[in-house]
Amino acid sequence: MTAALFYFIACLTIISALFVVLNRNPVYSAVMLVFCFFSLAALYVLLEAYFVAVLEIIVYAGAIMVLFLFVIMLINVGKEIAATSIIVKAKVLPFVLVVLFSLNIILLILWRNEGLHQSNTISSVGSITAIGQALFTKYLLPFEIASLLLLVALIGTVYLAKKRVS
Amino acid sequence: MIVPLEHVIILSIIIFSIGIMGVVFRKNVIIIFMSIELMLNAVNLSLVGFSRYYNSVDGQVFVFLVMTLAAAEVAVGLAIIVSLFRNKQTINIDEINILRG
Repeated sequence: MTAALFYFIACLTIISALFVVLNRNPVYSAVMLVFCFFSLAALYVLLEAYFVAVLEIIVYAGAIMVLFLFVIMLINVGKEIAATSIIVKAKVLPFVLVVLFSLNIILLILWRNEGLHQSNTISSVGSITAIGQALFTKYLLPFEIASLLLLVALIGTVYLAKKRVS
Repeated sequence: MIVPLEHVIILSIIIFSIGIMGVVFRKNVIIIFMSIELMLNAVNLSLVGFSRYYNSVDGQVFVFLVMTLAAAEVAVGLAIIVSLFRNKQTINIDEINILRG
């Protein structure tokens, strides 16, 4: 039952991802991207990664997509919609390369000799306690570097977006 | 796990390929950015799948760090787009060629 639910939500994710790429209007693309993030969060819940699922909705569907929509509204996209076309000529080679790349990995995964053995031990891997303990003991240095990265991004954004006064 | 690990990885590869297609084929800078987000999410999905498979919390910590990186990247990138639009009045990458790329 849950497996069927997983495949159903996986199909929804793929379809919404396709719509993100194929849509002509950036606003519709953003809405489909929000849908894609929500279905990915549902997949994380099914994989019992609850903390990541909540983080996905808060960070991606909440913060990042609001930022995207702000910029789309700031930039007048009205005339861009008519100018850009979906079908691009003479780009067969990258298409074939990407398809071959993904088929290659899929076949490699499906046709391995030894099967992946299923681990059935019940653990509290998805719990916030376990992630917090790992984050503040084993991964303390990457955590601090990530906070530094956010600070640098903050300063860079303010510097880039401010009006030049000459 | 409720599904085999292979299926999670295959789903991740499909989403990643869709993201590559978006980066290669679209001309709108904002849509290219959204495709990059899609690719980052595909990687996150495979990390969560491996984390479940090995019953280890490390993968989910990496997802946390990747999300931090994505937030920083989007903030800086969108600021660049806004400042680019202010200077050139376009977001079509065919017309942004001052570096002769």
